[in-house]
Amino acid sequence: MAAGVAAWLPFARAAAIGWMPVANLPMPVAPTEKNKRQDELIILNVSGRRFQTWRNTLDRYPDTLLGSSEKEFFFNEDTKEYFFDRDPDVFRSVLNFYRTGKLHYPRYECISSYDEELAFFGIVPEIIGDCCYEEYKDRKRENAERLMDDQEDNKDAKLPNMTFRETMWRAFENPHTSTMALVFYYVTGFFIAVSVLTNVVETVPCGSVPNMKEVPCGERYTVAFFCMDTACVMIFTVEYLMRLFAAPNRYRFMRSVMSIIDVVAILPYYIGLVMTDNEDVSGAFVTLRVFRVFRIFKFSRHSQGLRILGYTLKSCASELGFLLFSLTMAIIIFATVMFYAEKGSTSSKFTSIPASFWYTIVTMTTLGYGDMVPKTIAGKIFGSICSLSGVLVIALPVPVIVSNFSRIYHQNQRADKRRAQKKARLARIRLSKTGSSNAFLHSKRNGLFNEALELTGSTEDEKRLSKSTSLIESQHHHLLHCLEKTTNHEFVDEQYYQQSYLEAGLQNYPSQSPSLSSQDGVTGTCCTRRSKKQHHTPLPNASAPAHMQPLKHTHTHPQGLQELSTIHIQPLSTSRSSLNMRVEEPAPLNCQSSQITTAIISIPTPPVTTPEGDAHLPAAPTLQNVVKVSAL
Amino acid sequence: LSMVRHQPEGLDQLQAQTQFTRKELQSLYRGFKNECPSGLVDEETFKTIYSQFFPQGDATTYAHFLFNAFDMDRNGSIRFEDFVLGLSVLLRGSVTEKLRWAFNLYDINKDGYITKEEMLAIMTSIYDMMGRYTLPSVRDDSPFEHVEKFFQKMDRNRDGVVTIDEFIETCQRDENIMASMQLFENVI
Repeated sequence: MAAGVAAWLPFARAAAIGWMPVANLPMPVAPTEKNKRQDELIILNVSGRRFQTWRNTLDRYPDTLLGSSEKEFFFNEDTKEYFFDRDPDVFRSVLNFYRTGKLHYPRYECISSYDEELAFFGIVPEIIGDCCYEEYKDRKRENAERLMDDQEDNKDAKLPNMTFRETMWRAFENPHTSTMALVFYYVTGFFIAVSVLTNVVETVPCGSVPNMKEVPCGERYTVAFFCMDTACVMIFTVEYLMRLFAAPNRYRFMRSVMSIIDVVAILPYYIGLVMTDNEDVSGAFVTLRVFRVFRIFKFSRHSQGLRILGYTLKSCASELGFLLFSLTMAIIIFATVMFYAEKGSTSSKFTSIPASFWYTIVTMTTLGYGDMVPKTIAGKIFGSICSLSGVLVIALPVPVIVSNFSRIYHQNQRADKRRAQKKARLARIRLSKTGSSNAFLHSKRNGLFNEALELTGSTEDEKRLSKSTSLIESQHHHLLHCLEKTTNHEFVDEQYYQQSYLEAGLQNYPSQSPSLSSQDGVTGTCCTRRSKKQHHTPLPNASAPAHMQPLKHTHTHPQGLQELSTIHIQPLSTSRSSLNMRVEEPAPLNCQSSQITTAIISIPTPPVTTPEGDAHLPAAPTLQNVVKVSAL
Repeated sequence: LSMVRHQPEGLDQLQAQTQFTRKELQSLYRGFKNECPSGLVDEETFKTIYSQFFPQGDATTYAHFLFNAFDMDRNGSIRFEDFVLGLSVLLRGSVTEKLRWAFNLYDINKDGYITKEEMLAIMTSIYDMMGRYTLPSVRDDSPFEHVEKFFQKMDRNRDGVVTIDEFIETCQRDENIMASMQLFENVI
């Protein structure tokens, strides 16, 4: 429970007096505060800086170092204070956690030193308040990435167990790993450059044959260029196939952008090989050659900056789209206006609105080629308006959009992160809620166990179990118990509730069976037999998940001996304050082994209560509290 | 968030008015001030705090009635004095005073009579705190039945309302209630 709420617990308990006149049942006994002492100040000396607080403040979280008896190890007898040889700055946050119930992460603090301090004082970082949680997670992620990078650098040293395929893939991805990879990297880079260069040089007119006009080099030295092209394409094909072979996930590799670029770069060549002699499609073939320029994109494997640019453009696509849209609007407006303005003039170049688009674009981007100029006065006026507005339309939004890029981009990232964390945050809240209610149900079973133990007088186990719940928790549970008694209903787990009502709907008198088996019990048979019997009865309780409700029924032999056994108490989701607790082991007992069972009869009917009442009353009237037969 | 701030009366005056010792008052105030730095608790905050003790159900209606029981001067917020006076009655008062306090809680319109409607509202709010997952399941008429039983016990002259005297008299005769009144003696 949160520390602040714990401060109001006495108030809530006092207010429970309002239920008392309404209740029809006796209330359970309140938990006693053993050795209740007046609140005292406690001095914590952390590397010389003295912190002081009330002892009660520290006791709020009994499963941390300061809240438990672990701090006694640090008690200095001479100075009567607790000395910790730790960082006092971080300790501030730790102590504030006890005071306010919220753990904050200071921004200037190094994440790893903070984590170390938290681990020392036994505080789980997951309970960092929402105000600082994002920052903490970001820093933690950065740190983890840094560690991973470090690890990867170390990983390059020796990995003897990698297969040939994995080695190849690693060589492709990180050219710095081996000399071979580096050579391969530079060779492919060289050939990409060569290929792009040949594409460019192909079209340069180089020299003229005497009786022919100037021809581009490509047509003059066809064979040479063809050989060059073939060589490049062969290299690229081999590279692509090798990558495909080495990829750990071939399907994913084939879908990646880089592989698509590779394919598009080499495909035209093969298509050209296939249909060299077909005249009809030679035009299309020529167009295909354009795609050879895509080879230049292969450089993005070699250039980090290109990759970042591509990624940025991709992520700011919506902003760019909006810019384009507004430009289009302006272009259409001005083109229309110019067209109608210039309609009257003779030999006007503004033959149609689409034709005016060209003028508008050239004017708005302040290019001003001058191939189309307005001649009428109206046209000139609108033309000047167009160029002025062009400056505004383009020059103004671009910086705004650029800054918006980075802002919206980071914001989106943060929103995505927050959305991803929102689920986790809601889960945490729900967890703490169910944790506290589950803690109550859990302690109820413990409580029954405790009281049963009290009868046998084994106090060590009782102490062990009761230590696990702090005084505040037990007081809170007592409060909930009082509410149960007032309304005469019991809290149950959601799962159990749904199950019991699913089954109760199928049966009319589920309680007949226990009455039968209880008859057997009265005749003095061992509890184990009866409990085994009850396991097979189609009671709602019986089919509940084993860890939820072991079938419980206290039964005392006429001699007054009580048989206990190991209850498998599995802790349900722990409350927030006990996140640090390890999973409790089932408490082993040094008693005989049979089942301890308490009657929690779901639908009480007279046939049930009477035989069991008879069984119990003569045996041990003092056990009425333990039995807790909830009979209306 | 209002910037209204309230400082409580002096420690001596409170000591005179309540049954708490000086140290107890100090510790109570420290806790109170920690939670409400402004010195006042409004109804929403009160409901939030009280609901945290009952995670399975809905405690807001009962918290509303409790708030009205504590807020004696009906100004919409509980000051430390109201808080501590109420606690003094509940924890250190005589049984009669506690019963009077409970009567005051049930009597929603503070007219000196508990009617069936008022009791039904209180009962429904208590059952609301149990939530959905109970055993046996809370039926719609569970509060009503409970109210009937209550009136059968308390309403001596069968006039449909419970007066303070009937209430105190009946409670004093019931052992369970008398025992449970002493339950929270040592809370502070």
